[in-house]
Amino acid sequence: MNGMALGTMACTTACILGLLARLLIGTSWALPLALLALAASIWASVRLARQNDRLSMIASPVIFGLTILWAWEMLVVGLHVPFILLPPPSAIALALVTHFGELANDFDQTVLHAVLAGYAIGCGGGFLIALAIDRSLFLQRGLTPLANMISAMPIIGIAPIAIEWFGFDWPSKAAVVVLMTIFPMLVNTRAGLQQTNPMEQDLMRSYGAGYIHTLIKLRLPAALPMIFNALKLNTTLAMIGAIVAEFFGTPTRGMGFRISVEAARMNLDIVWATIAIAALAGSSSFALIGWAERRITSWHPSFHTRSLS
Amino acid sequence: MTRIFPLATVMLALIIVWYAGAYVLNAPQAINLMDPDGPHNFWAVVQAAWNMDRPVLPTPGQIATNLAASIFGNPLFSPRNFLLQTAYTAETAVTGLAGGVVLGIFLAIGIVHSRVLDRSLMPWVITSQTIPILAIAPMVVVALGNIGLTGLVPKAAIVGYLSFFPVTVGMVKGLRSPDAMQMDLMRTYNTKKMSLFVKLRWPVAMAFLFPSLRVAASLSVTGAIVAELPTGAQVGLGARLLAGSYYGQTMMMWGALVLASLLALALIGMVRLGEFWLCQQRGGRL
Amino acid sequence: MNEQTLREPAPRNASIPNDNVIVAENLNIMFDTNDHPISALQDVNLNVQRGDFISLIGPSGCGKTTLLRAIADLTPVTSGHLRVNGMSPHTAREARAYGYVFQAPVLLPWRTVLRNVTLPLEIAGMAKSDRIACARENLALVGLKDFSMKFPWQLSGGMQQRVSIARALSFKPSLLLMDEPFGALDEITRDSLNVHLHDLWRRTGMTTIFVTHSIPEAVFLSTRIVVMSARPGRILRVIESDLPMPRSLGIRDTAAFTALAHDLREALRDGHSYD
Repeated sequence: MNGMALGTMACTTACILGLLARLLIGTSWALPLALLALAASIWASVRLARQNDRLSMIASPVIFGLTILWAWEMLVVGLHVPFILLPPPSAIALALVTHFGELANDFDQTVLHAVLAGYAIGCGGGFLIALAIDRSLFLQRGLTPLANMISAMPIIGIAPIAIEWFGFDWPSKAAVVVLMTIFPMLVNTRAGLQQTNPMEQDLMRSYGAGYIHTLIKLRLPAALPMIFNALKLNTTLAMIGAIVAEFFGTPTRGMGFRISVEAARMNLDIVWATIAIAALAGSSSFALIGWAERRITSWHPSFHTRSLS
Repeated sequence: MTRIFPLATVMLALIIVWYAGAYVLNAPQAINLMDPDGPHNFWAVVQAAWNMDRPVLPTPGQIATNLAASIFGNPLFSPRNFLLQTAYTAETAVTGLAGGVVLGIFLAIGIVHSRVLDRSLMPWVITSQTIPILAIAPMVVVALGNIGLTGLVPKAAIVGYLSFFPVTVGMVKGLRSPDAMQMDLMRTYNTKKMSLFVKLRWPVAMAFLFPSLRVAASLSVTGAIVAELPTGAQVGLGARLLAGSYYGQTMMMWGALVLASLLALALIGMVRLGEFWLCQQRGGRL
Repeated sequence: MNEQTLREPAPRNASIPNDNVIVAENLNIMFDTNDHPISALQDVNLNVQRGDFISLIGPSGCGKTTLLRAIADLTPVTSGHLRVNGMSPHTAREARAYGYVFQAPVLLPWRTVLRNVTLPLEIAGMAKSDRIACARENLALVGLKDFSMKFPWQLSGGMQQRVSIARALSFKPSLLLMDEPFGALDEITRDSLNVHLHDLWRRTGMTTIFVTHSIPEAVFLSTRIVVMSARPGRILRVIESDLPMPRSLGIRDTAAFTALAHDLREALRDGHSYD
């Protein structure tokens, strides 16, 4: 608890020193204050890293992140780093506010249309295909290596072709997302359905359970961790797919469009603001799925070992 | 045989569906373009649909012929030669991959050996991946271009940034995978940290490194292609894709896509080769 | 209990007085769990002389492995006095005073049998030709001379455990610590390894501490058998064995063997009675 108190103290000191330094930028006080604040903040995260309670587990990376943000701000402003190379976090925050309408519009186009539609179709499709070929060993043996191979290819390159087929608007981006997400889901669901061991299957057989029963009561629950893995992996893939597909051409809205256009116009604050939104959307959907996974598959050993260590 | 036969069947089915699809998708346009005085029977339409200049869906044969024409019909250093473009992309991918792998391994070593790094850096390494990293590509290219870094460096940087993550995650897991008894064993020998790393942690981690390398290799090609987009479509397969998209050159897009896929498979193949070699060294098991 | 464990050296060792390899006095080991500390070992007193073959036997959770690990400096001592070769366990470990054989062979799968046995010597910094010679010698001791270029997974479980014994002999330790080394093996393999181990102990004269669950194994191998009970882990009795040496599997059918096994079973039952 002592370390905790010291860590908190160091944090507060760092914050106050940091704010002072930010206000005094340009004066001779700024640099030593900034260094002091940095030192205090690093010391705080070291202190907290040694603690084992839940609060410190969260506090340590948060402080580390804040330190980075703050050091970024200080360095960029203090060393007069050109705006074009790296805008300070404050400018990015400002861009988030001033360009809110545009950014919300982009979010709607890219995330709420292309990503959501593509993700749903891709994940659902991969899952259904995996179920459909479940009873045919022949199809599994043929499709699984093919799916693995295609997953390893740069699927994103299909984007210009998708535009030719489905037009400039979001359906072509959704098509790219479908292609990117369907194979990981197919492969993972397949692998998941094979997780059960012969003894468990014999047990089900001894109950006289048929294919459907064994699937629902035993094999699907056993496959859930793998399916969730694919769902998590696919959130990232879907975001990447939709944004990058927009680099190849899009109507004048969308996050990928915003990034490429504003980067070319040197408005890096807007670019960073868009990336911040993408990061937030990505990590919150990742967290949401992670939360659902913990709720649904809390029996899985991977969660037990994590809570112990 | 039980592995090859199903795969071959599925591939064959895929090719048949592809040709059928090419007929269905191309036929309406093909009929419009056909000589009104010529024969209009089914086979003639099929022929026309499979041999269009700007098809909706080109046939695999068309793509192959087109690639062969580009590779053998142009001097090796002509920008029209697809092989040269592939070499540019491969250069970016391999340079970035090498950098990313080295960075990823060093980060993992740091994280495994320092509790502070583990607690503070690891969550950010993971968070960094929920960001669509490829989305940064145009910005990185623009930003680095402004401080005079152009050409290979910014592109390789993007690839490196993309490929370090699977390596870090895999190696952290791998370097930590020695079990309690193995660690105790080393402790009874009074093993120092350095020896522990060389004799136990590193060799154990190899089984985790190679799957990570395969992922990184596959990502590196995607990264290289995306990194080639914002440079004003100059060189590389990404640039060919974008140019094909601008000018409606279907065959150019398909050619670039196929070569990019082959490049990815070749890189993964090389990783597999390394894996196979190490496996042989270890008597057949990794 | 104290009189039993802190007794005078057995007559066999009388010629070397004060030759105590292990001395434990009022040894206590506590483990912190989430709710409350658990006493793994309570007031343990034990005295092991040079050349002894000591078996630690008792139900699961009686702390026999904990005691062995404390001697090896793999588990810290909470309170009390523990000396290994007259040194603290930590110094003894740094001096590489013992060889340790685990419940599983713990062979590194990417190393050949020979290179598994040379591993501790590599870490100690011995020259290559020396360590190979030493490893070959130890492999010959456990009867695996011809398997040195095989990989662990190409060997049976019993052979793997013999490799791990050869490895434990690397530093030519005067003390061998064995934690249920044959627990995972089938009865027949276990019998033959017991004979192997007995011969090895007779030839090298190494002080051995041997954790086991098996009554016949303990009786067959030991000069003294330490019976332990669980919750908290304590020493119940120390049983002397005066079975003649050298021993072969046939000894198990003798009346003396059966009587000793019976004694041991009674002692173990006493430990369970208050459960």
